[in-house]
Amino acid sequence: MFTAIFGSVEQGIIYAIMALGVYLTFRVLDFPDLTVDGSFVTGAATAATLIVLGYHPALATAAAIVAGFLAGCMTGILHTKAKINPLLSGILMMIALYSINLRIMGTTTETAIGRPNVPLSNVDSLFTIFFGWWGNLGIDTAFNNVLASIGIDNMPKTWGTLFIMIIVTFSIKIIFDRFLKTEVGLAIRATGDNDKMIRSFSANTDTLIILGLGISNALVALSGALIAQYTKFADVSMGIGMIVIGLASVIIGEAILGTKTIVRTTLAVIVGAIIYRIVIAIALRVDFLDTGDMKLITALIVVVALILPKFLEKHKERTRKAKRRAEHKVASGQEAKHLA
Amino acid sequence: MLKLDGINKIFNEATPDEKIALDQINLDLKAGDFVTVIGSNGAGKSTMMNMISGALTPDFGTVEIDGKNVTKYAEYKRSQFIGRVFQDPMAGTAPAMTIEENLAIAYSRNKSRGLRIGVDKKRRELFRESLESLHLNLENRLTAKVGLLSGGERQALSLLMATFTKPSILLLDEHTAALDPSRAELITKLTKQLVDKDNLTTLMVTHNMQQALDLGNRLIMMDKGQIILEVEPEAKKDLTIADLMDAFQRIRGEKLVSDRTLLSV
Ligand SMILES: Nc1ncnc2c1ncn2[C@@H]1O[C@H](COP(=O)(O)OP(=O)(O)OP(=O)(O)O)[C@@H](O)[C@H]1O
Ligand SMILES: [Mg+2]
Repeated sequence: MFTAIFGSVEQGIIYAIMALGVYLTFRVLDFPDLTVDGSFVTGAATAATLIVLGYHPALATAAAIVAGFLAGCMTGILHTKAKINPLLSGILMMIALYSINLRIMGTTTETAIGRPNVPLSNVDSLFTIFFGWWGNLGIDTAFNNVLASIGIDNMPKTWGTLFIMIIVTFSIKIIFDRFLKTEVGLAIRATGDNDKMIRSFSANTDTLIILGLGISNALVALSGALIAQYTKFADVSMGIGMIVIGLASVIIGEAILGTKTIVRTTLAVIVGAIIYRIVIAIALRVDFLDTGDMKLITALIVVVALILPKFLEKHKERTRKAKRRAEHKVASGQEAKHLA
Repeated sequence: MLKLDGINKIFNEATPDEKIALDQINLDLKAGDFVTVIGSNGAGKSTMMNMISGALTPDFGTVEIDGKNVTKYAEYKRSQFIGRVFQDPMAGTAPAMTIEENLAIAYSRNKSRGLRIGVDKKRRELFRESLESLHLNLENRLTAKVGLLSGGERQALSLLMATFTKPSILLLDEHTAALDPSRAELITKLTKQLVDKDNLTTLMVTHNMQQALDLGNRLIMMDKGQIILEVEPEAKKDLTIADLMDAFQRIRGEKLVSDRTLLSV
């Protein structure tokens, strides 16, 4: 159980980067962008392919970010220049990326043009490079000794992934928060909030939408690139349902931590991504559930996360009203007695 | 400062819904002119404002600002020189963003937006000072979301934002119409104050005759897509509502014999 949860936290923090991208489109830009299912794989495929072709994993990951950025820009261009509705622009791009992803991975083999997956088992990745340095620090042994002393014997292999991913994801969060406070960031937020207004203040909303979608999908692709290196393979179908997972993370996080400020909301999104993974891990340990049920569970989680806050609010309101009514009764009762 | 030359606009051309919204509009505003625009519903006032702002493009005719022909400029590009306040108090601000963030957006109107933080210490001071001039205590609510403000407060903020960078042209389209009388009066007062401060070239649409008389140095009356009456500064000074009603009646009557040359006041 401990290892399962530990693994979900690791994955959750990597997927959180994707969730931040989804937050940028769905919440900040108010643009339901479905490119994500494709661009996540584009990131994974680009990184895996370049690594297999012998490039440095850091360069491969950077290339993945650029590829995701371009994919997002394309969706933005379809919407703003070709005037295609946002949902359809995203779906079109997602479908197009499926073929593109096959072709990207196809460059790793001479025998075929497209290729559905690329294994990374015997090559270096950002993680293995990092572990080379981390392993010498002896932190793993120290942490595991602490665990052993409180009676947990199923140790995680390394704490390194968790450590480095916390640093990476939170650095991205901090930069992201700051970006949304810059002049361009404010304009992007206003585009999602009131596009007529921001146009009247001399901002080109088309460019801002394209830029926002680009940044969002760059984050999604980075997440895909890291997941590929973490799980040691890229697969053309690894992005299916990714948008719903991203949304689930955003909605769960917002339901728990609220949306008072941007700094808080982006933290909520990260927490949401981790909680989502933990819920899935627990659900999969239920006997009659199968890995194939994951998408169904995801859909259910989103539905619950959407309904629950409203339900709780209503409940709170009802108890508050009931309490006031009771107080009112008591007060008027006393008054009646007094008069008598 | 602003020149409209032979502006025409027909909506839904060649359909049963065809509507001539603007018919040969010519208008010339000198720097510092404050023109109030009156006219019945559907006269084409908003359409004319939209032609100037670039939200709509004329079928033919040209729009010149500061001697530059901007007819082909996209709306966002033109709005560098044009401040606007809309009738709907919700329209001129971003509700999910804070007061200071909204002002930062207004501040960047005539500058290129970059990766500088939108609200830094220096700007916050500047925003605070400008908000003080509204006397609505908004300077103490810099980090409040604009969506929480009342309609009047939002409209006052919109006005401040629209004039913040001293635009070449200020367009006000019934910007007090959605407010209750006391709020409307406040916004009217603020309008005068802000326009006077920077001597802004202004075009204001209103259905309130008194407001049209109280504000500005010139007045135009529109009907059926045409400017049917122009009152110049000298004449406007002692214009009364009765004069306007009179003129309107007369014009409407005389329109039938289509002799509009007699109408200048
Ligand atoms: N986008 C549009 N499509 C079709 N017709 C339009 C459009 N916009 C305006 N019109 C028509 O053009 C005419 C002028 O409209 P406009 O909004 O300019 O009037 P207005 O003088 O601002 O009136 P009001 O005082 O009611 O605001 C009206 O008959 C209107 O129905
Ligand atoms: Mg109008």
